[in-house]
Amino acid sequence: MSAIPRFARDHNRVLGALGKVGPLIALLAACVFFATRSDRFLTGDNLSIVLQQVMVVGVIAIGQTLVILTAGVDLSCGTVMALGAIVMTKLAAELGVSVPLAIVVGVGATTGFGLLNGLLVTRINLPPFIVTLGTLNIAFAITQLYSNAQTVTDLPDAMNALGGTFHVGGTTVVYGVVVMLALYALTAFVLRETAAGRHVYAVGNNPEAARLTGIATPRVILAVYVLAGVLYGIAALLSVARTGVGDPNAGQTENLDAITAVVLGGTSLFGGRGTVLGSLVGALIVGVFRNGLTLMGVSSVYQILITGILVILAVATDQLSRRGAR
Amino acid sequence: MTAGIATTLVMEARGLVKRYGHVTALDDADFELRAAEILAVIGDNGAGKSTLIKALSGALVPDAGEIRLDGSVVHFRTPMDARRAGIETVYQDLAVAPALSIAENLYLGREVRRPGVLGSVFRMLDKKRMREDSTEHMRDLRIEIGSMGQAVETLSGGQRQGVAVARSAAFARHVVIMDEPTAALGVKQSSMVLDLIRRVRDRGLSVVLISHDMPHVFEIADRIHVARLGKRIAVLNPKKISMSDTVALMTGALTPDEVAPDALA
Repeated sequence: MSAIPRFARDHNRVLGALGKVGPLIALLAACVFFATRSDRFLTGDNLSIVLQQVMVVGVIAIGQTLVILTAGVDLSCGTVMALGAIVMTKLAAELGVSVPLAIVVGVGATTGFGLLNGLLVTRINLPPFIVTLGTLNIAFAITQLYSNAQTVTDLPDAMNALGGTFHVGGTTVVYGVVVMLALYALTAFVLRETAAGRHVYAVGNNPEAARLTGIATPRVILAVYVLAGVLYGIAALLSVARTGVGDPNAGQTENLDAITAVVLGGTSLFGGRGTVLGSLVGALIVGVFRNGLTLMGVSSVYQILITGILVILAVATDQLSRRGAR
Repeated sequence: MTAGIATTLVMEARGLVKRYGHVTALDDADFELRAAEILAVIGDNGAGKSTLIKALSGALVPDAGEIRLDGSVVHFRTPMDARRAGIETVYQDLAVAPALSIAENLYLGREVRRPGVLGSVFRMLDKKRMREDSTEHMRDLRIEIGSMGQAVETLSGGQRQGVAVARSAAFARHVVIMDEPTAALGVKQSSMVLDLIRRVRDRGLSVVLISHDMPHVFEIADRIHVARLGKRIAVLNPKKISMSDTVALMTGALTPDEVAPDALA
């Protein structure tokens, strides 16, 4: 008995597939475009610079992806990272704490903020947007107060170790970039291949269904915010290693750039759909545009303008594909 | 055929009471479910049928009374307790995650990990096995869906409900409770889900079907449990009673004494 017709809704599959490869096509198109505009764009050293510029926001975007997959959003990501950077540099440079311990305490601080975000979202059921808007300001204020709004300099060398480089066939590679890529690979593995990863998607996609199948929904969401906090701490370390200082005003562009990267990478702001590798592509798109436009001598204001347009395009695609899926 | 002698009860409840403030939702209610039968539970709004179902599925704890499963007393505090005891519930609002695949939905919350180190240390899922087992299971229930890797959102409403029913049937050991499984569906898809419910019963599971839809109830129920004012007022044999008399009992226009004795099951 074939009571059930086979529904071949091909257009949905096409849209879905486009959502997966679309960001990659956009990235390649941008690369081709800039390669035709500037001879320097496609050189190994320039691409290495793009990766360096992307590594901090790239690691933040991993945490942001996890949060957005649960249908949340974390507006505090950049300022929490700045707090972590100030904590670890102050401890190491001014209070004589050993570098490893300073890093642990710094990552602890960002993790604490992740825990705070997660508890407010899961225990009191506050909207993530409002919670993280609040913690954005709290983290920013604490950072300014603790650092007296002064940049922390004269860091021990070990603090900048991840800013060190090695060479692959004549191209300079920063250790921090390797850390970022490893974190992407690890997160992609967990999201795709483990039950915990699939539960993140289920919780974001249909929290009620997830709960009814016995998934501890609040625990999944809390874990995601805490992990995001850990990742912001690692991003803080990369930021310190890249700039060589602890900057209390760091993370301001990363705050929105991380969300931009996630959205450009095809992850839905409605939760439950997307991939972390997409966010890497999204971060690279932002990085390539910044770099390429700079090489072309375009003012940074236009870079911001173009980033804004890209984000709206990406969200519009997401919304339209959802409508198609109904 | 006299009840209670040759038939074994899979699940039974005696004297269930549940009060919400001044409202008594369950007032000394009884419940009996036989092996491999479809028992429809019907009742007007406020008759206590959803409270009864919640008590049986662990969604609430009754104030008094006892529930037995396969003869031994059980105390469910959460739906997970009921599920561990082998009772699965299908909810009317199509509780599936649309972006996840069919196989992922079937195994959501009960994922199978790979054997060996890959599973125990790296926690890797055995996607291939889950997909193959899903295919086989769906074929057993004669739910025709192309690929188990397909996202549930690409399915029709009836097929989605098919996935929800298949999930329950796959993991239930004793009872599948279905709360208005056809309420959101069209005619053709409803009949497909009704066929599916029969097949679930034919595999030896007992099905509790909560429904407002009298034609559906009469089409597939083996017996009909009529809830009224927090009690079970009658259990009917749908082959021996008319739909209008059933509705009259449900609404109180007819009392159980006025029904022909052989219509009671």
